[in-house]
Amino acid sequence: MLAVRDLAVRFGGVTALESVSFEVRPGSITSVIGPNGAGKTTAFNAITGYLRPTGGLVTYDGAPLTGLRPSAIARRGIVRTFQKTSVFPALSVEDNVLIGLHLRGTAGFFAVLAGGRRLTAEERALSSQARAVIDFVGLGHRRREAASALAYGEQRLVELAVALAAKPRVLLLDEPGAGMTGSEKAVVSGLIRRVREQGLTVLLVEHDMRMVMGISDTVIVLNGGRVIAEGSPAAIQAHPEVIRAYLGASAGST
Amino acid sequence: MTRADGWLLAAGALTLPLWLQSPYHLHVAIMAGIFGVLAMSLNLLLGYTGQLSLGHAAFFGIGAYTSALLTLKLDWSFWPALAVAVALAALAGFFIGRLALKLRGAYFVLVTISFAGVISLVSINWIELTNGPLGLPGVPAPALGPWSFRTKTAYYYLVLAACGLSYLVCRRLVMSRIGRALVALRENEPLAESVGVDVTHYLVLAAVVSAAMAGLGGSLYAHYTRFVSPEVFLFTYTVTMVIMVVAGGKGTLAGPVVGATLFTVLPEALRAAASWQWQMLAYGVLLVLLVFFLPRGIVPWLARVMAGSQAPAEPDSPTIRR
Repeated sequence: MLAVRDLAVRFGGVTALESVSFEVRPGSITSVIGPNGAGKTTAFNAITGYLRPTGGLVTYDGAPLTGLRPSAIARRGIVRTFQKTSVFPALSVEDNVLIGLHLRGTAGFFAVLAGGRRLTAEERALSSQARAVIDFVGLGHRRREAASALAYGEQRLVELAVALAAKPRVLLLDEPGAGMTGSEKAVVSGLIRRVREQGLTVLLVEHDMRMVMGISDTVIVLNGGRVIAEGSPAAIQAHPEVIRAYLGASAGST
Repeated sequence: MTRADGWLLAAGALTLPLWLQSPYHLHVAIMAGIFGVLAMSLNLLLGYTGQLSLGHAAFFGIGAYTSALLTLKLDWSFWPALAVAVALAALAGFFIGRLALKLRGAYFVLVTISFAGVISLVSINWIELTNGPLGLPGVPAPALGPWSFRTKTAYYYLVLAACGLSYLVCRRLVMSRIGRALVALRENEPLAESVGVDVTHYLVLAAVVSAAMAGLGGSLYAHYTRFVSPEVFLFTYTVTMVIMVVAGGKGTLAGPVVGATLFTVLPEALRAAASWQWQMLAYGVLLVLLVFFLPRGIVPWLARVMAGSQAPAEPDSPTIRR
């Protein structure tokens, strides 16, 4: 289980996260929502090691993640995507995913130099795994094309494929539906559900309420660097503090 | 390039001494081979990790001096001296690689330049060891059992073997998950880290292998010219390597070899054809034209031309930028 306790991030005098605590139930889809500047992406960065928190602790299955490098956190099965489209632009979709499979490979420096049958077998296995992941996100017909040549929505799918290739146990998605059309979002929602069915835990930041309410088991609401509400989508939609945070003070006060 | 082209090229390289009549031509071929090793070494860093080392002559010089000193002062034979030269250059690469983790881009460039500057000053001022600016004459020619590599033809094959070995190392690395990790760091470091690519490990590895290869080039150079002086640290050596890599095609396997051949042969050819001023002018104009019309280098351009009307050409390796 991924647990965040009293997480705090301050940039100089600005407090981005005051004291955030929540737990992500294994096998669930949990969404983090909140107005712009609420600290959602900051929380993601602090959990995945891209930002050193000022205080607090992040643990996975009891072991602390705080202070580890992003690559070490990925090694423990916590893999994230980025809010801004982030692919390896000059490389083909296949190479993008092959890089995602980095931790699946075992060949070290000397094994690579020596070559041999085991290395060839491993490369072949990685290729077929890459193919499977690409087919899973529905980009089989784009396999050979450079990621930068793909349409925006497809690039976001490449991103998802790269993250999935890393075989995460917890997948953190930072606004996977941002900038997508309605039908593209439906595809992404479907993929997230299927990913969960395979036993992964999904934590996502998202602005699209229809998507959030449609797929989440639990919704966590951040505002001003604090968790102001946590619960099922239905409970969150009726939560007075959430309504106040999104619609302004007067709307919430009756 | 198909397999047949590859064999043809290998056959050409192996029989070259038969075609080249004069020792002078063979000398040019040997220098092209040494620079081939150096350019491949630089390409590993510049082409694959995207980090520009402008102090690469330092690793070259460390290799040259180590090898020369061990054979001259301690009477070592060439082969162990070569091994230690490569190892020492690799060690220097390790430290520069560790630094590269803190400093990227322009700062890394500055650090590598300074590093070369410091090493050069040591070679000039540590007179008891290096004989200062006078240099070390009389570096012995390598020998293997009863055979000596004193002749140009023999030395040519030694350099060719080093070239082949370096090419193989680069090829194996680039086409593996290690090569993919290096390219991933070049293309998008945060994303590479998010899927578990350890930046520290791979940048240091690239720097160490690159430096070791440059050290190999340095040792070969020392035992060929039989003389080492602080000139081996000259900035022009580094600049020449960069030109070769960029013109040939950085981030491609064949690029540095093509670049090294072209930019070793060309100045020599021009020397025969024109007076000194015209040589430099022609050289400069050609360089500007190359960068202007083939910004990605000769090899990527050739690959595209040869693919011709066929749909998007397949790169000769999956991780090679075209």
